[in-house]
Amino acid sequence: MTQWVEQARHVCSLGSLQTALAIERTVPILHAGPGCGQKLWGAVGLNNGTQGAGYLGGHTVPSTNVGEREVIFGGEEKLRTTIANALKIIDADLYVVLTGCTADLVGDDVGEVVRSFQQAGKPVVFAETGGFKGTNYWGHELVIDALIDQHLAEAVPQVEERLVNIWSVVPYQDPFWVGNLREINKLVAELGLIPNNVFGRGGGIQALNRVPHAQFNLLVSPWVGLKNVRHLQDRFGTEFLHYPVLPIGPTETGRFLREVGAFAGVDSDRVEAVIRRHEDDYYSFIEGSAEVLLETRLLPSRFVTVADSFYALGISRFLVNDLGMIPETQSEGIAASVRFTADGGWAQQEIRRTKFRGRPLLIGSSWEKTLAAEVKGYHLSVSMPASDRLVMNRSYVGYDGALSLVEDIYSLVLAEFQ
Amino acid sequence: MPINLRNSEAAVRENRLGAITGYNGSIRELAGKASGCSLQGKERCFNQASSCSSGCAQGYLSGIRDVSIVNHAPVGCSADSIAGNVQRKWGETIRGWERTNISLFSTNMNESDTVFGSTEKLQDAIKEAYRRNEPKAIFVTTSCVSGVIGEDILSAVERVQEELPVPVIPVFCEGFKSKVWSSGFDAAFHAILTRVVKPPQRKTNKVNMINFRGSAREEIVQILARFDLEPVFLVPFSTIEELEKLSESAASISICGTLGSYIGNGLEEKFGVPYIKSLQPHGIAGMEEWLRELAKVVGKEAEAEAYIAEQRALVLPELGEIRSKLSGYKAVVGMGPSFAFNYIRVLRELGVEVIWGTAWHFDQQYDHGACPESVTFLSQEDDLPISVSDQQSFELLNLLNRLKPDLYVSRHGGTSVWTTKMGIASVMVADEYSAFGYQGLLQFGYRLIDALTNRSLAKTLSKRMKLPYTDWWLQQDSFAMLEQEEVAPL
Repeated sequence: MTQWVEQARHVCSLGSLQTALAIERTVPILHAGPGCGQKLWGAVGLNNGTQGAGYLGGHTVPSTNVGEREVIFGGEEKLRTTIANALKIIDADLYVVLTGCTADLVGDDVGEVVRSFQQAGKPVVFAETGGFKGTNYWGHELVIDALIDQHLAEAVPQVEERLVNIWSVVPYQDPFWVGNLREINKLVAELGLIPNNVFGRGGGIQALNRVPHAQFNLLVSPWVGLKNVRHLQDRFGTEFLHYPVLPIGPTETGRFLREVGAFAGVDSDRVEAVIRRHEDDYYSFIEGSAEVLLETRLLPSRFVTVADSFYALGISRFLVNDLGMIPETQSEGIAASVRFTADGGWAQQEIRRTKFRGRPLLIGSSWEKTLAAEVKGYHLSVSMPASDRLVMNRSYVGYDGALSLVEDIYSLVLAEFQ
Repeated sequence: MPINLRNSEAAVRENRLGAITGYNGSIRELAGKASGCSLQGKERCFNQASSCSSGCAQGYLSGIRDVSIVNHAPVGCSADSIAGNVQRKWGETIRGWERTNISLFSTNMNESDTVFGSTEKLQDAIKEAYRRNEPKAIFVTTSCVSGVIGEDILSAVERVQEELPVPVIPVFCEGFKSKVWSSGFDAAFHAILTRVVKPPQRKTNKVNMINFRGSAREEIVQILARFDLEPVFLVPFSTIEELEKLSESAASISICGTLGSYIGNGLEEKFGVPYIKSLQPHGIAGMEEWLRELAKVVGKEAEAEAYIAEQRALVLPELGEIRSKLSGYKAVVGMGPSFAFNYIRVLRELGVEVIWGTAWHFDQQYDHGACPESVTFLSQEDDLPISVSDQQSFELLNLLNRLKPDLYVSRHGGTSVWTTKMGIASVMVADEYSAFGYQGLLQFGYRLIDALTNRSLAKTLSKRMKLPYTDWWLQQDSFAMLEQEEVAPL
């Protein structure tokens, strides 16, 4: 039995409609209730770094809007007409049919409907993402596997040396996904490798079609996506490197670059030169702001993260290993207690019970803002829902991302008493 | 079909009010057929994601300050609690209150729950919601999954009610049951009417002000004070104690005819609280009819006329200037039905020529049995082209591409972005009190002038943006996907 959830910080598997939207000129087609899309993009999109509809998202997304008729009589015909008309009306390269709870409960044979379009050579794939089956992290993996199995069904790998597929944060669920993926791409490219990213601008169907030809898959993630890189290994024989921590700051990013370099067979002098150049730059900024880091009145004492494992782990390692801060609790060590839960209300109760010395720094979502006021802490939203932030191309990954994080934290502290 | 407060759930709008979501015609035809409730809605053979009743029901109820919501559903159905929490903070901020989080639990139904049922988990979640937050009432909202698998919500709630000192109230708002998301407001009001509102102990000088976020509170307090009345704002930001006493008020009025129909008429039928059935108070005609109807009910006609004369003298000269600046501009309106038909009138008061109106649905009648007053009013003016669509943007963008108005006035998030990409100046009415009464009308006029004066965002964006529709579609008739055969409601 799953636990109840107070204060949602993720959504259901159909939330992976945003994974489809993160691929340029790709449109999800929902075989789901009328409100599913709007609720989901409202949570992981609009109210999470204010990520809007973009080219094909929001109310543009085709949907069968399953009603009483389809629940009683089945919705396969409505789905068939919706797909046929979407192909004519919506200007996209790829159409990803995703089911909601009602279609999966009623037992519509969506695979049969979609295969009839595939047999006619139409770029349509499907995944059964009924919301009761799992989270949007799980749904994200399901959609990627569907693309591998259906869109790349005929692909024969012809390995391009140095080509690396990048898999990492879940688009939209991570409000900083665009910036974070760009930063990982940039770091990988500096090693002399060729990053291939399906998600974000410049990716799309061309990047997807290149996936089978990579020298290896790079997964930068605690666990999300592991299923996909294993699947790619089975399907195309592509090796993968699983790096489980989002690299934030010089310590972790140096480790990351060395590990990727070693795996890819990049000359270690080259790797060290990249690291040195970045560290020189990074530390000159830290040196230049050392006064504020050390001497500002009312510095945060301890920190708490309430975030998914990407950020809980990545940010904690940075604050501990590079900035010299002490963790109080992480929903992820200096040995700190790590609690795992999907129930944000429970996490907040635990934090309320903590006796803080001085003013803590709460890194989490906008749900923590009122809690921060209660415990007289500083609060920064980094994880879903980051409804109190406008995010465009900001990144917290790598060297520059760490500097942005330092800027954001200490600007909060400075702004608060002025 | 009248309101039936003996049932455990409210009938959906399709069945109760003859609501439709597919139509293309004109205001006179709409009004003519609506009065006989003879309009048949049309289906589309292509649809885009719209919205559902559960979003409206739990979004609205979670705005009550001292309640918890338990959503018996997979976790995605409570995703709207995040938007709900943003709305909560906004409302608290404009009131100068301490900011709080809404309290909403999901039972997080999974696959085995869909096979074996999970009413025990629902009961545990209800108890946990009470233990954590000690709310004054707990609303249990249903979902497509709980509906399709046939969870016995009523029995589960009855059992847990025995253990808790506060009302535990089921709200039936399964998304698949209605194409009209406003059915969710009725579900919420049904729960309030049947389980929260108590019989009156006395009569007060309060007026139930049915609204959303209540930004114009101070202004309404001042206006009603002229009639020795005091507003009580519902439902967001109210308390259970305030809602319990709705039956004691002297009258109910609503900022939105779509929103107010069920609770307004329900309070009138059950407790004799008169519901003011008038135009909505946007612009001059709306405000004046609203005030006069209210005054009639409370016996303050002379005060109303005095107020109207005073306000007219204050605003009419300035309104003339605004009208001269806005005359010659053509606008299209796309909003929920009450706002759409009220704002068409408002735009005309401001001198703007409205060339098309689209409503997100259409109720052929309200719960008091009459065609919406705003539609009757417009049908006596020009015969304006009207379409009805549940936010089907492919249809609307095709239409706008053909009509090429100077201005698009919309309501609901996301809708103004479409037209901005087309280079059309767009104004989104997020606040239900935009264009409220006399001063609101002037302010709204200035907002339109500003939007038309500097269109640089729309102009620069439209040069670089491509619409998400094929050229083929943009050349088709806007209503090509509206099926010709008429579909009777189930």
